[in-house]
Amino acid sequence: MPDGGMPVLDVKDLKTVFLTRSGEVHAVNSVSFDLKAGELLGVVGESGSGKSVTMMSLIGLLPSPPAEVRDGSVLFNGEDLLAVKEERLRELRGARIGFVFQDPMTSLNPVFTVGYQIMEPLRKHMGLNRAEARVRACELLELVGIPDAKRRLGDYPHQFSGGMRQRVMIAIALACDPDVLIADEPTTALDVTIQAQILELMKELRQRLGMAVIWITHDLGVIAGIADRVIVMYGGQIVEQAPVKELFANPQHPYTRALLKTIPHITGARDEKLSVIEGQPPILADPPVACAFRARCLHRFDRCDRENPKRRGVGPSHDAACFWDPATGTPRNA
Amino acid sequence: MLDATPPLRLVEVRNLKMHFPIFSGLLRRRSGEVKAVDDVSFDIYEGETLGLVGESGCGKSTCGRAVLRLYDITEGSIRIGGTEIGDAGYTTLRAMRPTMQMVFQDPQASLNPRMTVARIIGEPLDEHTSLSKAEKLDAIYDLMDAVGLNRNFANRYPHEFSGGQRQRIGIARALALNPKFIVCDEPIAALDVSIQAQVVNLLEDLQRRLGLTYLFISHDLSMVRHIADRVAVMYLGKIVELAPRDALYASPKHPYTEALLSAVPEPDPNLESARDRILLEGDVPSPSNPPAGCNFCTRCPKVMAVCKEHEPITREVAPGQFVACHLYDEEISEIAGKTAAHEADQSIQQGE
Ligand SMILES: Nc1ncnc2c1ncn2[C@@H]1O[C@H](COP(=O)(O)OP(=O)(O)O)[C@@H](O)[C@H]1O
Ligand SMILES: Nc1ncnc2c1ncn2[C@@H]1O[C@H](COP(=O)(O)OP(=O)(O)O)[C@@H](O)[C@H]1O
Ligand SMILES: [Mg+2]
Ligand SMILES: [Mg+2]
Repeated sequence: MPDGGMPVLDVKDLKTVFLTRSGEVHAVNSVSFDLKAGELLGVVGESGSGKSVTMMSLIGLLPSPPAEVRDGSVLFNGEDLLAVKEERLRELRGARIGFVFQDPMTSLNPVFTVGYQIMEPLRKHMGLNRAEARVRACELLELVGIPDAKRRLGDYPHQFSGGMRQRVMIAIALACDPDVLIADEPTTALDVTIQAQILELMKELRQRLGMAVIWITHDLGVIAGIADRVIVMYGGQIVEQAPVKELFANPQHPYTRALLKTIPHITGARDEKLSVIEGQPPILADPPVACAFRARCLHRFDRCDRENPKRRGVGPSHDAACFWDPATGTPRNA
Repeated sequence: MLDATPPLRLVEVRNLKMHFPIFSGLLRRRSGEVKAVDDVSFDIYEGETLGLVGESGCGKSTCGRAVLRLYDITEGSIRIGGTEIGDAGYTTLRAMRPTMQMVFQDPQASLNPRMTVARIIGEPLDEHTSLSKAEKLDAIYDLMDAVGLNRNFANRYPHEFSGGQRQRIGIARALALNPKFIVCDEPIAALDVSIQAQVVNLLEDLQRRLGLTYLFISHDLSMVRHIADRVAVMYLGKIVELAPRDALYASPKHPYTEALLSAVPEPDPNLESARDRILLEGDVPSPSNPPAGCNFCTRCPKVMAVCKEHEPITREVAPGQFVACHLYDEEISEIAGKTAAHEADQSIQQGE
């Protein structure tokens, strides 16, 4: 992985709030991360931790109201996406940044053929004529492993199985050869055998096309197999960030550590008793003034109730937002 | 094997079929059927957990519901504690209901939003017992204690609880009548990773304390490895393999079981990069139009000519390990048979 050089995407202090009838929801709090060219960044966290809202905020896909992106900057190849006009954003979304969501049925239009939906961005953003777009659409379906691609261009979304629809979504997202692909739980609704097919496809596509990818999932197994680097989210914040092997070998945040212990394994020694993370995730009604994980944390001490820990370096390219040091079992200095 | 008293078979299912009619056309004529469960047989021993796994649509839920006779089954025999309920009428079933219960996947959808927790948990007691009001409230409190729900919340409504707590409410209700057998249909699928272990530990704890027998339906093969004593693997309405847990995970015999296990991602980057995946081609065929021969023949990496013509019979290829696959027919595939026997030897050693 090429380290150094300007990242494709550089997100700083992103803050998104929902204004609801029962008050504010602080969904994303001071989230900062970058994405390097060609890299696959895994984003892991349980539901409600802010994964989707973070990514939707980046590219202006949240309806406002109720959403309000309050703060931060999102540099995409040097251009601040939070400052540009809606028109420019739409252009970037169609061409430079591709998207795949969990449920392809909600993002595919049921009344148009799949061929039309792949050809549309090609004609709009790449200036291809009908015939050219058709050829390219066919190539794209072949690229994502849909058999009999030429004929299937004329089919409607409901004529595809769940796994095949997700391949179509990937084809659309890749149509204009984007710099970044954002995939939000793209395999969560699929069976494991189909998920394995999609993950394999993704690995192949990355080798051939070399785009940078953000892959959101709650499944640590998927992350382990596909990511170069991982960010862990909890309560609307990034609590840990590390290269994938480092994260699994040497987790530093108590949440990451507990999460890794609570999941059973398919190989190796069988877990006689599952270790449990007691309690519930936090309600995000207020901006964080203390650690979001403190109520469930086994290592909580007085400072955790007073102060929200900032991310700090804890190892090579590795940071965590926690006052406690697992190496010594005591609070970190300063 | 050397036990003086063999374990008791609490649930005995033989040749169970559950076919749903398909109606089509203007006159809603019967035009076919969905063979959701198509000739399955298995036992569940008292006090054990039988895991039932397979991809969505393979018939797991239908099987679980049919065993509890929530459907009028198409064919077959179901004995619970020695009583035949496959063809039982209303009266017999009503008398049996307390002993057999169900916990559902989606606690949100299975709990009446307009009823308080106390009423939800107490409802089976209203129907099947004649407890006084005070006795009933005592029973409800006991049940809430048993599943780790705060008694003070008895008068709250389901929406005031988190997903994990709602699943506890569902479990408390299932326990109300002192059942012996509980079908748990994807009880943790809707829950977050950090909450799943809480609910699984509760189910295990209750099993030990109350001597419960579970049919644990799940698509999460890692969790089934943790909770089940034996595991049945379903594919397109049929059980393709049934084996003791360790044998199944250490040396799966059916090509579908092999593929399924190899597809499960392991939360370990070093293992993941070294793993050899068996990638299945295509999708599961429709249960209204299963292929001729073996149901798995359209996707099987080891398919042979015979698989497209004849349905394989189920045979015991290692102690307690049952497989329905032509690879284990000696006369058809001698070489495959030898490999299988060799592997079976190994698994017996590993099983010791
Ligand atoms: N439209 C909305 N109105 C109010 N709150 C919302 C809305 N959408 C999301 N949220 C809240 O934002 C938080 C983060 O949600 P999300 O990013 O979807 O989580 P994840 O993708 O990690 O599951 C959650 O607490 C969620 O309830
Ligand atoms: N009431 C029903 N009527 C018609 N078909 C049904 C009914 N219930 C389930 N099926 C079909 O039976 C098959 C098995 O479904 P199900 O038992 O829910 O599978 P699983 O629980 O393994 O996902 C599916 O094809 C499903 O569509
Ligand atoms: Mg999400
Ligand atoms: Mg089901």
